[in-house]
Amino acid sequence: MTEQNIRVLIAKPGLDGHDRGAKVIARALRDAGMEVIYTGLRQTPEMIAEAALQEDVDAVGLSILSGAHMSLVPRVMELLRAQGQEDVCVFVGGIIPERDIPALKELGVRAVYGPGTSTAQVVEDLKQAVFCPPAA
Amino acid sequence: MGLVEQVLAGDRLALARLLTQIENDTPEGREALDRLFAFTGRAHLVGVTGSPGTGKSSLVNQLARAFRQPEDGSDPVRVAILAVDPSSPFSGGALLGDRVRMRDLSGDPDVFIRSMASRGALGGLARATAALSQALDAAGYPLILIETVGAGQSEVDIARLAHTTIVVESPGMGDDIQAIKAGILEIADILVVNKADRPGVENTERALRAMLDLGHPAAHKHGPSLGAGEAEPAAEQGWVPPVLRAVSTRGEGVAEIAAAIRRHGEYLRSSGLWQQREKLRLESELDALLRDLLARRWRAGLDEDLYRQTFDGLLQRQISPLQAAETLLRQAERETSNPTRAS
Ligand SMILES: Nc1nc2c(ncn2[C@@H]2O[C@H](COP(=O)(O)OP(=O)(O)OP(=O)(O)O)[C@@H](O)[C@H]2O)c(=O)[nH]1
Ligand SMILES: [Mg+2]
Repeated sequence: MTEQNIRVLIAKPGLDGHDRGAKVIARALRDAGMEVIYTGLRQTPEMIAEAALQEDVDAVGLSILSGAHMSLVPRVMELLRAQGQEDVCVFVGGIIPERDIPALKELGVRAVYGPGTSTAQVVEDLKQAVFCPPAA
Repeated sequence: MGLVEQVLAGDRLALARLLTQIENDTPEGREALDRLFAFTGRAHLVGVTGSPGTGKSSLVNQLARAFRQPEDGSDPVRVAILAVDPSSPFSGGALLGDRVRMRDLSGDPDVFIRSMASRGALGGLARATAALSQALDAAGYPLILIETVGAGQSEVDIARLAHTTIVVESPGMGDDIQAIKAGILEIADILVVNKADRPGVENTERALRAMLDLGHPAAHKHGPSLGAGEAEPAAEQGWVPPVLRAVSTRGEGVAEIAAAIRRHGEYLRSSGLWQQREKLRLESELDALLRDLLARRWRAGLDEDLYRQTFDGLLQRQISPLQAAETLLRQAERETSNPTRAS
């Protein structure tokens, strides 16, 4: 696999209507040579899992500003696992309180990014994660 | 069970993974294609092309819906969608955003949407698209909608692959002129003026009809008055591309476009053009492969020193490119008739 072939789904679950952050990260990943599938606003966990399957992505980035991460993320993780995609690297960006991060990691989320994160950091982490998946 | 068997059994994750293998042109992907080939040749491939932003994805979304829930009482058809977007020439990455307009289709297990980056390689895109379509065909999708952005040669190549090509225009921006320049109109079997809710529809329609009259002089003559057109097969003149209006965001005009797609499919089959296209396509694919493989094999067996020596002669203009090629070919022939020197 080369960087060109890394496929990432960037999804925006939940009801809030801001996808600026999601678009910024989508462009940064494209500029780093990845193929980014962007699905737009207000995706249900079912829609996200379905797109992840059809697109056979290596990673899924969830942008969540609504505060509903503790219900949305577990659902996405569950659906991915149920369809045989437990090896997909999931990362979450947006407004996530510090205290929720351990629980998300416990669910198998690889990384959580707050509003100040540099896109270069995300790119670097993602390359690492996709090339070196953790031992199962 | 191997990937191929899983795909044939309807496993969608296996299909998705196989598409990746094929797209990356891995040995697994190639072997799978070999084995799947016997199951191909059933799908109706429909290309949807046009300038950026004309509403291709929105139309594809509505068309898929129309084929999933036909209003005319016909059976629902399983639909696969290949949405191709350009790769960035700088980073090699791509932003594939067509799914944004296709959310109506989610939750339907008989629709399979795959986004695909063009990955730059000229001619390679058409080959990759053909290969992915074959896998989808074998996986049991009788209708495959292929969205590409109108940008010239690659569209023409993909049109050659598709049985039916839909060119999408929208009012304003003079993009109809662009399309004409790119020769896009000549490949259209169906023309759609999308965004018919916008001002200027009549102008776009008129421009398209005028261009069509140039390209299809038979459009307004019928049957016996065709005269001396014997160079073209009569069947080719039997299809006049319709110009249809649509408002894809609201689904207006889409049933008519779906009907035109069905009609064109029936027309191709009943006129024998379907088989004829198939034959031409496979023939050119075989020829291209033969050329490729032969050249690669021959080149691999060529003496490197001789190649460099001959190339130097060419670089110094002591011999012409044709002379250089013939020198190398002659040398190789001598070696095949006298195999002791060959390694
Ligand atoms: N008014 C109007 N807008 C439309 C219509 N169809 C599509 N649009 C809008 O046009 C924009 C582009 O639509 P898409 O379907 O993404 O167009 P596209 O040709 O697939 O775009 P690219 O893939 O980026 O080339 C979107 O904002 C759509 O909502 C229509 O019939 N009427
Ligand atoms: Mg599109």
